Formats: sequence, C-alpha cells, structure tokens
Amino acid sequence: MSNGNLPEQIVFRIRRFAPGRDKEPVWKEYPIAYEAGMTILDGLWKVKETIDPTLAWRASCRMGVCGSCGMLINGKAGLGCNTQIAELGTAVVTVAPLANFPIVRDLVPDLRPLFDAHTALSPYILRADTAEQEEPTREYYQSAEQMEAYLQFSYCIKCACCMAACPTCATDPVYSGPVALAQAHRYNTDTRDDGFEVRKEVLAGEVGPWRCHFAGECSRVCPKGVDPAKAIQLMKRQLVADALGLRKKPPLAQPVEKPEGIERRPGIPEAPPPTV
Amino acid sequence: MRDQKLWTWHLAAGAIILFLLGLHMAIMHLDALLGIFNPAGGHPIDWANVVARGQSLAFTVTYILLLGAALFHGLYGLRNILFELDPAPPLKKALSWVLILVGVGLFIFGTWAAWVGHQVASLT
Repeated sequence: MSNGNLPEQIVFRIRRFAPGRDKEPVWKEYPIAYEAGMTILDGLWKVKETIDPTLAWRASCRMGVCGSCGMLINGKAGLGCNTQIAELGTAVVTVAPLANFPIVRDLVPDLRPLFDAHTALSPYILRADTAEQEEPTREYYQSAEQMEAYLQFSYCIKCACCMAACPTCATDPVYSGPVALAQAHRYNTDTRDDGFEVRKEVLAGEVGPWRCHFAGECSRVCPKGVDPAKAIQLMKRQLVADALGLRKKPPLAQPVEKPEGIERRPGIPEAPPPTV
Repeated sequence: MRDQKLWTWHLAAGAIILFLLGLHMAIMHLDALLGIFNPAGGHPIDWANVVARGQSLAFTVTYILLLGAALFHGLYGLRNILFELDPAPPLKKALSWVLILVGVGLFIFGTWAAWVGHQVASLT
C-alpha cells in the first residue's frame, strides 16, 4: 500500500454533541487504518462500523452531487465525500459540523435557516404565462450567452459550505447568506424569468445582500466551483441600478416553435415524451 | 426597499466624498498649480485665503455638501457595524433614531456654522 507521506494509521478527531444529552460538545479521537483513496466519508463509515456505531452524520450520494455531507474538515468547510484524506496531508483529521447552524447531533447541522432563506427568495422561474409552463407546447429561446450569465450559479448543490465559511452569517442571523442570494441572482439573471420585482421585495430589505463584506470565503470553499461572492456583488449592482432607475430589463425569453425543414442528423434519437 | 435605497445613497455619498476630498487635497497641496483658489497668495490656510474661499457661495455649498455626505456615509456605516452585533429589534430601532438625531443635529449645526462663516467672510 502506498500512502505517500501518510502513516498507516489516521486519527479522526471528531466533535461529538447530542443536544439534550450533552452539556457541551466534546472532541473524541478514533484511530483507523488508512487505505489508499479513502475519503473523509469513508473514514467516518470506518469509525462507525469498527469503533463507535453512535456517530451521526448526513450523507447520501457519495459523489459530490447531493450536498448532504458538508462538514468542517481540518477547519475548512467541504464535502466529506469528495475530500481525500491524502490531499489533507495530516495524520490527524479534524472533523466538525458546519459552523453557523444549530446542531441536530454530532456532524448533522440543522439546515432549516438556509432553506427558509432560500424559499423566501422564490428560487424558481416566475413569469405570467403559467399555462405554457404547466403544459409546455414549445421551448423558451435562450442564447448561449444568456445561459452563460447564470450557468455557474446553477451548479449550487445547497451543501451550505459557503454559509459555514461566511463571516457575516457567523454574526448576523438576519442575513440570507450566500446560498439564497446566489440563487436569487441566478433566477434574476435568467432571461426566462420575470420575477425580479417579486424577489426585490425581499432583497431590498434587511435580509438582502447589503451586509456582505465581500470576504470571498464562500467562493473559496465551494466544492462545486460556484462563485457566490460574485453573484452577491452583481446583485448589489443590479439593485443599485434599479434604485437609480438605470436597470435595463432584458427582453423576456419567449416560447419558440420548433424550426421546420431541418433534417435530424442520423443516429440522434428523438427526445423522450414529457413525463410531467 | 429601505436598505436598497440606503445602500444606494451610501455609495452616492462615498462618490461625493471622494470628489470633494479630492478637491480639498488638491487645493491644500497643489496650491502651486491651483493658485486660483488661493487669491491672497502664500499658504492655502493663510487667513486671507480662508476668508476668500469663505466669501464664495460655491465653496460654502461644497462645505455643506461634504458635511452631509460624510455624516450620512459615516453614520450609516456605523449603523451597519452596530447591527452586525445582532441587537434586539427594539434596540435596532432605538439605535437608528439616535444616529438619525445625531446626524441631523450635526448637519444643522455644521450648516449654520458654514453659512454664518460665509456671511462673516462676505462682510470682510
């Protein structure tokens, strides 16, 4: 087995806390055998299976898609499933629950503040032609450049790593946080969306982007490479332009007919029929 | 709605301060190039030059504008810092009112001082 500079054994130093049972969090150490390719999540499973079955954390997909296993790894927020122990380069790995959230148990944070703020900002397409959206007959046209404006923000998996790294979230419970604000910007920038005025009702108030200090920690820790700090600054610019009456409202994407007289390339199958 | 507008004014006040402080620095330190603002010659803070600028209505207006912009910018920034300490809502309201009263009070006093200064300089 080749572990580079890593020893055969890794010590997981985990913050344990069960509200109602424990008065305060305690750190416990669990030595486990290191195997090449082991992730933090693999290590936690090993601890649970071989040392302490009461250890609790949240995980689902194990491939950096679902956003469930956000945790503080050696003090930095990240996903347990896509953080290799080898890349940390330490024989002792410190694991703690995401900061800035109440703790359900051990490494399980209560993410309700995130989802409440997210829901309040209507993170979905808002437009008047609801009939077309519910029973689509055509597609909304959007150019590649228009999609590029919001694409990176749509990669957010709501893992809350950015919220745990945000210094404003650490002190200000009113602030919506990078997840909700970046997603509000993602939809405000989408040319298919006409909900800027609806979201503005919330964003223009105290919960909006105004308290962001642009520390940039949210972007630094994002495991999906999203840049929420940029989204928040762009949103501020958009809202200031709106307050000054200078915001240019982009034309709303319209449904377009399927072009006629175009031959499908051979070997490309038809899209499956709608299932919803 | 309120924070969006307050933030916009905060930025606008910052831009005004940047311009007027730039002007102040230029008058004070580039007197060799900008002698127009120091008609009495000598140093820009010589009494004769201070009086000459005080006689100008335009200068008096810039003093009042700078005062208003600096007070709003500074006190709104202070309010943001204090609000990040997460005070209870009634305390937030009280803090806002205290800062408004301090700001308005200082602005009235400063405006009065600038205007009286202008009138006295005009009589000189």
